[in-house]
This record gives sequence, structure tokens and C-alpha cells, in this order.
Amino acid sequence: MTKEQLCLLMNLTVFAPAVGIPLLLMMKQSAAKYIALIASFIPFVLSLILLSGYLGISGTPEENGFILYSSFKWLNMPGMDINFTTGLDGISIHLLWLTTLIFPISIYFSWRSIDTYEKPYYALLLLLEVGVIGFFVSLDLLLFYVFFEMVLIPMYFIIGIWGGKDRIYASVKFFLYTLIGSLLMLIAIIYAGLHSNSDFVFTTDYHRILKAGFSPEVQTWLFLAFTLSFAIKVPMFPLHTWLPDAHVQAPTAGSVILAGVLLKMGTYGLVRFSLPLFPVAANQFADVMCILSVIGIIYGAMAAMVQTDIKKLVAYSSVSHMGFIVLGIFAFSKDAMSGAIIQMIGHGISTGALFLLVGMIYDRRHTREIKDYQGIAKQVPVFTLLFMITVFSSVGLPGLNGFIGEFLVLIGTGAQEGTRVYAFFAATGVIIAAVYLLWMFRRVMFGELDKEANKKLVDLNRHEVGLLMPLIALMFIMGLYATPFLKEINRSSDPLVQYVLEKNGLVLPTVAPAPQPGQPVPAGPQIQQIPVNPNQETGHEGHNH
Amino acid sequence: MSNTVLSLIVLLPLAGAALIGLTGFLNERFRHQEKLIGLIATSAVAIPFFIILAAFLQFTSGHGEHHDAIRFSIIPWIETAGIKINFSYHLDQLSLLMGMIVTGIGSLIHIYSIAYMHHDKGFYKFFLYLNLFIFAMLNLILGDNMAVLFLGWEGVGVCSYLLIGFWYEDMEKAKAAQKAFVANRIGDFAMIGAMFMIFGQVHSLNFADINASAGSLGDNAFWITLLLFIAATGKSAQIPLYVWLPDAMAGPTPVSALIHAATMVTSGIYLIARMHPVFNVPAAEPVLIVIAVVAAATAILAALIAIAQNDIKKVLAYSTVSQLGFMFMALGAGAYTTAIFHVMTHAFFKACLFLGSGSVIHAMHHYFDETHEHKDPQDIRFMGGLKKYMPATGMTFWISTLAIAGIPGLSGFFSKDEILANTFFSGFDHGSIYFIVWLVGTITACLTAFYMTRLTYLTFFGEARYKTDKHHPHESSPLMTIPLWILGILAVVGGYLGLPAGVFGHNAHILNHTWFHGLINNRDLEHTMHEHIALEYGLLVLAIAIAVGVVYFAYNFYAKNGLEGDEKVKKVFGSMYKWMENKFYVDEFYEKTILKPFVWAGDNIVVWFDKNIIDGVINGSASATAAVGDVIRRMQTGYVAHYALIISIGVVIIIGYLILG
Repeated sequence: MTKEQLCLLMNLTVFAPAVGIPLLLMMKQSAAKYIALIASFIPFVLSLILLSGYLGISGTPEENGFILYSSFKWLNMPGMDINFTTGLDGISIHLLWLTTLIFPISIYFSWRSIDTYEKPYYALLLLLEVGVIGFFVSLDLLLFYVFFEMVLIPMYFIIGIWGGKDRIYASVKFFLYTLIGSLLMLIAIIYAGLHSNSDFVFTTDYHRILKAGFSPEVQTWLFLAFTLSFAIKVPMFPLHTWLPDAHVQAPTAGSVILAGVLLKMGTYGLVRFSLPLFPVAANQFADVMCILSVIGIIYGAMAAMVQTDIKKLVAYSSVSHMGFIVLGIFAFSKDAMSGAIIQMIGHGISTGALFLLVGMIYDRRHTREIKDYQGIAKQVPVFTLLFMITVFSSVGLPGLNGFIGEFLVLIGTGAQEGTRVYAFFAATGVIIAAVYLLWMFRRVMFGELDKEANKKLVDLNRHEVGLLMPLIALMFIMGLYATPFLKEINRSSDPLVQYVLEKNGLVLPTVAPAPQPGQPVPAGPQIQQIPVNPNQETGHEGHNH
Repeated sequence: MSNTVLSLIVLLPLAGAALIGLTGFLNERFRHQEKLIGLIATSAVAIPFFIILAAFLQFTSGHGEHHDAIRFSIIPWIETAGIKINFSYHLDQLSLLMGMIVTGIGSLIHIYSIAYMHHDKGFYKFFLYLNLFIFAMLNLILGDNMAVLFLGWEGVGVCSYLLIGFWYEDMEKAKAAQKAFVANRIGDFAMIGAMFMIFGQVHSLNFADINASAGSLGDNAFWITLLLFIAATGKSAQIPLYVWLPDAMAGPTPVSALIHAATMVTSGIYLIARMHPVFNVPAAEPVLIVIAVVAAATAILAALIAIAQNDIKKVLAYSTVSQLGFMFMALGAGAYTTAIFHVMTHAFFKACLFLGSGSVIHAMHHYFDETHEHKDPQDIRFMGGLKKYMPATGMTFWISTLAIAGIPGLSGFFSKDEILANTFFSGFDHGSIYFIVWLVGTITACLTAFYMTRLTYLTFFGEARYKTDKHHPHESSPLMTIPLWILGILAVVGGYLGLPAGVFGHNAHILNHTWFHGLINNRDLEHTMHEHIALEYGLLVLAIAIAVGVVYFAYNFYAKNGLEGDEKVKKVFGSMYKWMENKFYVDEFYEKTILKPFVWAGDNIVVWFDKNIIDGVINGSASATAAVGDVIRRMQTGYVAHYALIISIGVVIIIGYLILG
């Protein structure tokens, strides 16, 4: 396929789920789930075609760093130039297929667990999908903001209407948290749009703002506004308290989508916007971000450890795991950045699967309290096997997907003297993860099957196994053969890190060959790592201390 | 040999695991075809053994002094701007030797397990895990970079977890499994730290690169080696992380033999030997002393505990911890090849002992079933005189006991003597603390000879402490006794690869002077040894006297006193005996000082902070809460409209700002 066709396909993918909405609203209640599944399956197929097409032309000349890039006139009037600009690079292409995979899985899971107001439920899920896909491909700040908000509303209703006992509190908390963040970001976008050029044209084009650059003082404020919004979404410590509530109250599909893709919107935003648009400010705040990430890793893990509700445990584990991603982003190391991005995918898969599994057992026993289970491994062997694989993936076991990201983040962060201390503290999260996940697993699965209710538990059926299989397969594939995934990521994230480092004068603005692995590099600074500033003695990539 | 054939070394065990796992999972009938499962699983380990053997022959037939490692690789794994890791492997002197131990003993234990696990409902799972373990272990010892080693390192940890918790319906066993995994993870944390520190300076994780540029690590070598040692204390059960290994005996006995005696627990020693150039950097010298001291402390602590245990597997478990301590003493003295030598001899006799104990437990279990007695089949107080009914088990167990005790001519004698000699002679040039280490090691050797003789005597000799009128225990099947004989023979002859150089000449020590030559450079002690050649003879005589004397004494002591002997031992140790019986309360200490406070902090600091501080700020004040309630009420009464209103207000603000701004 040609580039133009692929660009068209990309824009189609964004709106493909929306096709189902009017159809679904017209039909009767019982047909809703079928339409929703088909409507969410189409973008999945499209994204696979897109992915293969993308891989086919990968490496060809890029437009503004994006292999696929398209722009239509949108809101154009005198003094205002806002376009419908979308694009895909090696980072967003992965998030795209992850999103289009997670949605049909969540919708199919909902078939069995949602039996009230099905029409609005599925319509909202499809709307949500449009928002998420749109978010990942937007290259215009206003467009991006619209999609960002579009995600907020359906999720609010999904938690608030189809959620658990305390759904109202959880949904309002989710809403207020996110809204505060996004309003600040809106103000920042408007400011950026007004000051991105000297000819008084309001434009929110990503690349024009990127090229314009801002003075360090302005960068600081804009960075803070954007980053606060993303930090809430991630969520980073101490802005994370909406997450456990939202997860516990949300229906399973909501949790899967929330953990699988919605949280990644925060980290993706950091990578796409906070870092390249405001590189100097990003460097200023890098240490703060790293410290908060490390606190989040340990804090989330310790909180997860003492939870009695399995779902809440998994929710807190997300706070911990997402900390690794933010740490990788703000370590300013190419290796750590690649690790952070592949960890976004990895976490989406393993935590998505964890929430599915918790949902499956919840639908049978209607309890998520660890103490209500014990010794069920004997009763549900298939569930046990898949749960165990997923738990080990979440623990970060080498050979499964969770390891790749954590490993790269830790190696990339720890290799630099400036950020080494963060890596040491973050690595303790690896220990605590084993503690809380295996402790939970033991109490739920092992021991004597002593409760009557659990003796009647039925093992997973074919549908449920089928739902989990793609995720389980991906855990192994990504864990044992990460190279093809990383290849596209590196192609896009390496220049990004290079750009940020150059803007901060941490490396020479020349393109030097990367150090050849396998050959010991002589001690001392490398060519590309020679600092511009002669006062700075250490030659490593890293923060300006 | 071609890359494909060599790849089979690693891939066959994985394929075996996949085949058994998938077929067993899908097909219920397959699960009961024990012979077929056993055959598949055993071939998946035995074929790699023969490939490694062929590679070994090819390697030794190579010309010249300098041997190049045989290399093979499967697929790329991880690649970023700075990191490039492939699933690539190397067969050099060290990994060939380790590979033969793992697959050789592994094959024997697979065969043994076919009989041992007979009629267990998890039969196919057992062999699936066992194959998976061999796969992980081969990655650990054959991987040519730290990342693949780490894959194996954590992989063996998982298999160990699965196998310790094999009978998971018993919560105690599941707890032991979890404890093992977490303790190992603490070590893994240190391993990750070592990796990124190394990568920060060497920009590679390949052993060849790391070892080649070890000299440039400078002062960082101190921290790197310390972290590597901490990593090793997890996997190889040294103070402070050894506590998981005794509990790991909850797993089926062949697992204890394979994983918790012969192979996995020695991977920490392998790691240090593999990376010894980093430990030879001057900055790492203090770490070597730390290793030696910790090792000596572990060795004697575990030996003391072993004296007071009555569970046959527990005694062997503490004995393993103690013997691992000996191996680390060698590492601490910079005698890396000596440590590997002891890894090998220990693998032979300890695997034999564990399999022998399995044979005993198997027999006692059946006996108690037949007699309808509810007694612990692992408690040696209910045994005695078993050699009459189980001659093969008894004979091989006795041989292995003599080997571990250090009776001259048997394998344990040579390796243990070499360790003690190396620590002793290190005392002259590298700090007199090594003399203390040597002294502790020598005392531990006495204790070892004592508790092992006690164990063997109370199990196999003397009067039977069970009724033998109608029923009596039976010898196990040949599937179990043949592996015992093979290991027993190896426990006898394995030591001749390393005859003491001081006595028999430079070339008599095949391992050091022919095999490892050029690959592993021990700290040079030859000069010191030559200066004090009389002392070396003295040490040798002392070692012989200790082994023979203590075994003779212990045998007669228990022959005379029987179980009452323990009472006398109790009197000798006085109030310390209670501590030994209770494992010096280390578990309780960790529980009180680490685990409990940690969970307490999770509950009372983290969760409290979430609830009261963070959420307190967000909806804490009364008015804010009321406002939230208000919002909720409004939203409930028509939230769509209100949201639309909010959006509209927002849009108005934006447009207003745009126009006015």
C-alpha cells in the first residue's frame, strides 16, 4: 500500500468504532453486544493492516519524524490555523494495536457480565475507543485535547453507572482529578497556541510548536501544566488515589481498558509532549519526576502488599509498575526510554490480563476478598495456569513481557551515574512485587480447599480461555523476542531522547554512531556524550546537576 | 558441530517441557502414561548431555594451549541504542564442566523420578517442571552474557518455586515455595544492581567484554563484586539469605537432590567463578575477605544446626548450606577452580545422599502405610538398621557419607582439603583473618564428619526402631538404585581430577593445571605453598586425622549409645543445643525485625497516608466533602445536561480568551 492509502487507513481506524454507535442505538437491546463486538473488531483488523503496511515502509524517509503523517484543514479562520493532523511513529503504532486489541477483548468479556442498559454501555465503550485511538494519533494539540476529554466522559459514566457499590464516589473522584488536570492543560495549550509564532496566528500544530520553542521560564509553566495533567492520568504519586477507587468500582471491562490503555495516555503524553516541547523544563524537573516515580514504585508496591481485595491489589500494583515507565522517560537515556515504551505495552497486556482473570473469578464467586478463597488451584486448574503465567509476567520474570521494560529501564537508568541511585531504589520494587503478588497468589490458590462455595467453582470455559490467549501469547512473544518490537520503538525514541539531550546541551548536536555493543568501549566519555559545557566534567548522558 | 545441533542443548529441554505440558494439559489420558512421559523427559535431558559430551571431546582434541570456546546462538532478544542481547551461548572449560554436571546428574535424577513419582497425580507436571528447570539451568551456565544468565537465574528460581510447592494443598509447602522465591529475589535485586553498574562502565553485558575490561572498573569493582556476592547469597544459600533452603525440602526429594543440592544452589559459585577477573581487581580484595568470612560463618552455623536435626532431609539440607559455605571459602581465598572442584564432588555425593534419603523415605512411607502407623517417614528416630533391608541404598549412602566427611581417597577429601589449604595459605599474604577462616573451616569439617556419621548410623545401622515381624521396609526399584550406584561411584573417583599439587606434583591436579589453565586465574598461592611445604603436608595429615578420627569416634559413639547418644551430645553443647535445635531462631528474628515491620508500614504508613493525607487534602475538609456531595447530587439529577453546561462554559471561556487575548 502506498503511504497515502495507509494515512487514510489510519484516519479511518480512529473513527471506525464510531460507526457502530448509531447502528447500535437503532437496534434492540439484545443486539447491542454483537454490533459492539464487530464495531470494535474492525479497527483491530485495520490496525493490523496498518501495522504490516507500516513495517513495510519503515525506514523510508519520514515526515517530521513520523512515517505516516496526514493533515486536513479543520478549524481555519483568520488568525486561527488548526488542522486535523494525525501521524504514526514507532511509539504510537504499538499503542494503536494494543488499544484495538484490548477493546474487543473487553467488549467480549462484557457479554457475560453486563446485563443492564446494554445499549448505552456499548455505545460508550465505542466512543471511548474513538477517544483513545484518536489520542494516540493526534499531532495537533487541540485535537489531542478533544480526544483526551472524549476519553474522560465515557469512562466516568461507565464507572458511575455500571460500577460497584461505591461507584458514584469513585467516578466523581476520577472525574474531578482528571478534569482539574485537563483544564490546566487546556490553558497551557491555548497559551502555547498563541505564542508559538510571531505572526499572531493561533495554531496548535505539534510540529510548529515544537519548532517554535519557548523560553525556559515559559517552558517551566507549560511543562508543569501538561505534566500535571499526565501525572494524574499515569497516575504518579501523590496523585494516584483515584485509581484504586476507580478500579475497584469499575466493571471488569472498565478496569481492563483503564489499566490496559488509559493509563498509557499519561505516559504517552509525557513522551510526546512534555519532553520534546519543553525540553529545558523537563530537564529541570527530571530529578523531581524520577524521585516521585521511585516513591510511587515503592509506595504502590507496599500499598498493594497489604490490600485484602484482589482488584485493589492489582490497582496499586499499577501505580508501582507505571512508576518504572515514568522513571524510564525522565532518566534521559535512550535505553531507558525504549524500556519505558515497551513497558507501556507490556504493562497493558499483563495488567489487562490480570483484571480479566480477577473479573472471571469475581463473576463466579461475587467476592474479591482474598480471605474468601483458598486452595482453589485444585478446583480450577486452567484458571490457575493462566493466572500464574500472568502473575509471573507482572512480577517481571525474564522470558515474559514484564521483564523487558523493567530491565531496560533499570539498566538504562542505573548505567548513568547521575540517575543510578534512582535505579537502586526502583529495583527494590522488583522484590516487593514478588512479595505481594506471590503472597496473594498463595492465599488464593494454594492450601486446602476448605470453603464450600469454592468447591463448586467452575473452571474457565473456552470463551474465557480464548479471550486470554492473545494476551498470554503476547507475554511470551514479547518476552522472548522483543527485538522486532523494540526496533520500531528505538527508531522513534532514540532521536527524541537525542533531541532533548541536545536542547539541554548534554550531548553534541552531531549524530554519532551508537556504541557498538559487544565491543568494550574504552573508559571515559564517548563521542556522542561529550558535554558541550566544558565545566561539566562527567561525560555521561544525564541530568544537569 | 553446527549451530543447530548445539542449539538443541538448550532447546530440547524446553521442547520436552512444552510437549509434556501441552499434551498433558489437553489430554487427560496422556497424564497417566508415566513411562512415555518419563522417556520424553529423560531424553530431553540425556540428549543434551551427549551433545555436551561430544563438544567436550571436540574441545579437548583441539590443538595447542589456547582453547577457544565453542559458541552458538539462537535468536536476538533485546536491542536498543546501547544494549544488544542475543540468546547466545558459549561452551568453554567452565560451562562444559557445569553443563555435564547438570545434564548428567539431571538425567540420572529424571530416571530416578520415574519410579519415585510413580502414581503421583501430578506426574506429568513434575516432569514438565523438571525439564523446564534444566532449560533454565542451561541458560544460566551456558549463556555468554549476564542477561541470558539472569534469565536462567530467575528461571531456576521459578522452577524451584513450582517444585517446592508441588504439593500445594499443604499450605506449609506453599509457604516454603514463596519464601524461596522471595529470598532469591532479594539476591536478584543485587544482581540487577551489579548489571547496571557494569553496563555503565563496560557498555556491554557479555562476559568476554566484562572480563576483558575488568581492570578498568577501578573502585567500582568493589561495589560490583559486593553486589554479585549478595546475589550469590540468595541463590546459593549463604548468610543472610540461606533460610529458604532448609524449608525448600518441602519439595519432592529428587528435586532436593537436583535443584537444592547439585545444581541450582551452586549457581552463585558459578557466577563468581565466571566473573572472577572482576574479583581479582585490587579494589575487590576486601570483598573476597567478606566472602570468606561470611562463608565460614555460614558453614559452621549450618553444621551446628545439622547436628540437632532429626529429619533426614533437614540434616542434608543444612549440610548443603554448610558445604556451600566451603565453596565460598574457596572463592574468598581466590581459589576459583577449587570452588568449582568442590561444586563437582559435592554434586556427586550430595545428589547420592539426597536420592538415598528419597529411597529411604519412599520405603518408610510404604512401610508406615502397610502397618497403618502415622509416623513421620523422614524422622531418623523411627529408622535404624535399614541397610539390612535396603543394601544398595545403605551402601551408596555410606560411601557418600565417607566422601563428604573427607575420608582419604574419596572425592570430598581432595576438594575439601584443597579449600582448607587455600584459605590457610592465604593467611600469609592476604590478611591473617584467613587463618581464622581456616580454623572455622577445620572445626566445621569435624562437625561434618560427626553429623553425617550420626545420620548414616541412625538410619542404616544398629537396631531397627520399628516392628519387623510382619512387614519391613523394602529396597527401591532398580530405576532408583542404579542412579544411586552411578553417583556413588562418582563420589569415590571424582576427586582424582584434582590431586593435591603439593604432594603429587604440579601436573597431578588435572582440573587446575590442564583443564582450567588459561581460563581461570586463581590468586597465586603456589609461591607461599612452596615456602611452607612442610605445613602443606601437615595440613594434609591433619585433614586425614580429623576425617578418620571423627568418623571412627562418631560411629562407635552411636553404636554404643544409639539414640541416647543425642542426649550426651546435648550435654556437651549445654544451653547452646536448644539454639541449634531451633535453628538459632533466625527465622523468628527475620519475622520480627523485617517482615512484620514491613507489613506494618504498608498498613499503617502507606495506606494511612493515602486515606488521611492525600485523600484528606482532596476531599478532607468538611466543605469540600459537602461540595463533592453537592456535585454528586447535581450530577445524579441530570448529569448529562450539567456536563454539557460545564463544557459550554469552558468553550465560552476559550473563545473569550482567544478573542480578547
